[in-house]
Amino acid sequence: MSTSQLPAPPAPVVRPPGRPRPQLRSSRRGHGSFGYVFFAPFLIVFVIGIAAPLGYAAYLSFFQDRLVGGNVFVGFDNYTRALGDELFRTGLWRVTLFLVVQVPLMLLLALLAALAIDSGRLRWPGLFRIGIFVPYAVPAVVASLMWGYLYGDRFGLIHQIGDALHTDVPRLLGGTWMLASIGNVVTWEYVGYNMLILYAALRTVPQELYEAAEVDGAGAIRTAWSIKLPALRPALALATVFSIIGTFQLFNEPNVLQSLAPDVISTSYTPNMYAYNLAFNGQQFNYSAAVAVLLGGVTAVVAYAVQARSMRKEQSL
Amino acid sequence: MSANTTSGRAGRGRRRSSTALTVAMGLMLVYALLPLLWLLMSSTKDTGSLTTGFGLWFGRDFHFFDNIHAVLTYDHGIYLRWFANTLLYAVVGAGGAAFISTAAGYALAKYRFRGRTALAAIVLGAVAIPGTALAVPTYLLFSKVGIVDTPWAVLLPSLASPFGVYLMRVYALGAVPDSMLEAARIDGSGELRTFFTISLRLLAPGFVTVLLFSLVATWNNYFLPLIVLSDPQWFPLTVGLNQWNSLATGAAGSGATTTGFYPLVITGSVLAIVPLVVAFLFLQRFWQSGLAAGSVKE
Repeated sequence: MSTSQLPAPPAPVVRPPGRPRPQLRSSRRGHGSFGYVFFAPFLIVFVIGIAAPLGYAAYLSFFQDRLVGGNVFVGFDNYTRALGDELFRTGLWRVTLFLVVQVPLMLLLALLAALAIDSGRLRWPGLFRIGIFVPYAVPAVVASLMWGYLYGDRFGLIHQIGDALHTDVPRLLGGTWMLASIGNVVTWEYVGYNMLILYAALRTVPQELYEAAEVDGAGAIRTAWSIKLPALRPALALATVFSIIGTFQLFNEPNVLQSLAPDVISTSYTPNMYAYNLAFNGQQFNYSAAVAVLLGGVTAVVAYAVQARSMRKEQSL
Repeated sequence: MSANTTSGRAGRGRRRSSTALTVAMGLMLVYALLPLLWLLMSSTKDTGSLTTGFGLWFGRDFHFFDNIHAVLTYDHGIYLRWFANTLLYAVVGAGGAAFISTAAGYALAKYRFRGRTALAAIVLGAVAIPGTALAVPTYLLFSKVGIVDTPWAVLLPSLASPFGVYLMRVYALGAVPDSMLEAARIDGSGELRTFFTISLRLLAPGFVTVLLFSLVATWNNYFLPLIVLSDPQWFPLTVGLNQWNSLATGAAGSGATTTGFYPLVITGSVLAIVPLVVAFLFLQRFWQSGLAAGSVKE
């Protein structure tokens, strides 16, 4: 995403005769300072809700509570400890695996759905657009509870269907399948959201491009490949970045499913759960802050790298 | 590019519709809606039918209204309290966030002031800051200030939406022409009056988009309230429902599983998702045009 501005579309202005032409740069007329007035409320909540906690986390992460000496400055000790921490590394590896499998699958599904709805060859496209989007309105807690029950042996629908078809369904809340099961919940929640982002991007492709393609004899597939996909790249990059952020921060779904499968989902199942449990079950606030900062750092770096890469591709086109 | 590019696709409507494509998409629709049908069906059952009957059909008896009654009256109507809390967090948090983001995005798009570029860069960078990573530090900071376990602890972070500002900045660039602002100035309208009477109307689709995304975020918020609230009187639905689930599965520490809680969790879940689904269906025309502008223009 670049910060460059698009020129505002010209709009006809009826100017009373005899008056001077207004100056284009508003700052010269003293309106510029109103920018602060309009921006100030955000600045206040930004400092309270984001900047201050971020700064405080960074500050905390450089201290340790010691039996002797109390709260002491320890430099990067908490960070070196986290980097060597098996529990943290296992969690990070787990969400990385999740990222590599779940995010591409979900985005591919969303992409196919968006292309299908945009193709004009679908009956009742509005029904599909709304229907597939509906799960996004379901809170992650409710989605996780619902899927947790669906997976379960107690009254799980999936096992019922498996019995009816005389097939053995693996234990979806067991150790082997848990990550995939969580992946399914996340995919279910967000595939419609991503579909809509991509679909909205498709709607802004100028009609003339399609007409030109048709004149050139391009079929539906060729049009999708050569016109639609390139047009989708910025929206796809945005969706990818948000999915990456979401994945590294994975918490709600495993935390809710933990009560259904406490033996499978440990307190350090994801790095975010680890940070939470360090603080609230282990009283290790300083170390927890370091883990949170490290996790935020990893997230930002990966998200930025993906974004930068997609922008470079954009420019080389 | 204006926000209205969504219209005028008549040329493609003439194509023959494909049955294979419709069937394939139908499978996806089933995937999206079947779990919700299960939830709806389960909300009509008592614990016995839940565990024995088939999930996608009604049980022996119709317990829907009994279940709703149980949800609303359990523990002196704590569910209603959670509902009211969620409504408060959603309306004040999301409404405030949408309004604050609109004003800030408008400022970045339409006013030249010192530090504007730096602030725009900060907003863009903040989009990538994962909110949940800040939850633990937010708790620690807020407990120092003494607002933990009050609605402020949930509301204040909800009001800051960098993505909302980003979206509104992009939207305002296209939707509010400079020439219109100049014309308003010539006519003697003050900046604030221009914003409230003219600009806000032009920004409406973007505003609704941000409002809806914030609404989902605040209605579904779980991690932050879980951390900053310990008094059930202030819980939102998400935290309360999971507490009931812990009671049902026996994870709450008592050891005993209280299966009687399952109908409460399931029916409570149904009631919790209805408002958002309704909001989305009602406002869909607005957010779609807003989305189109925000997701593409860079």
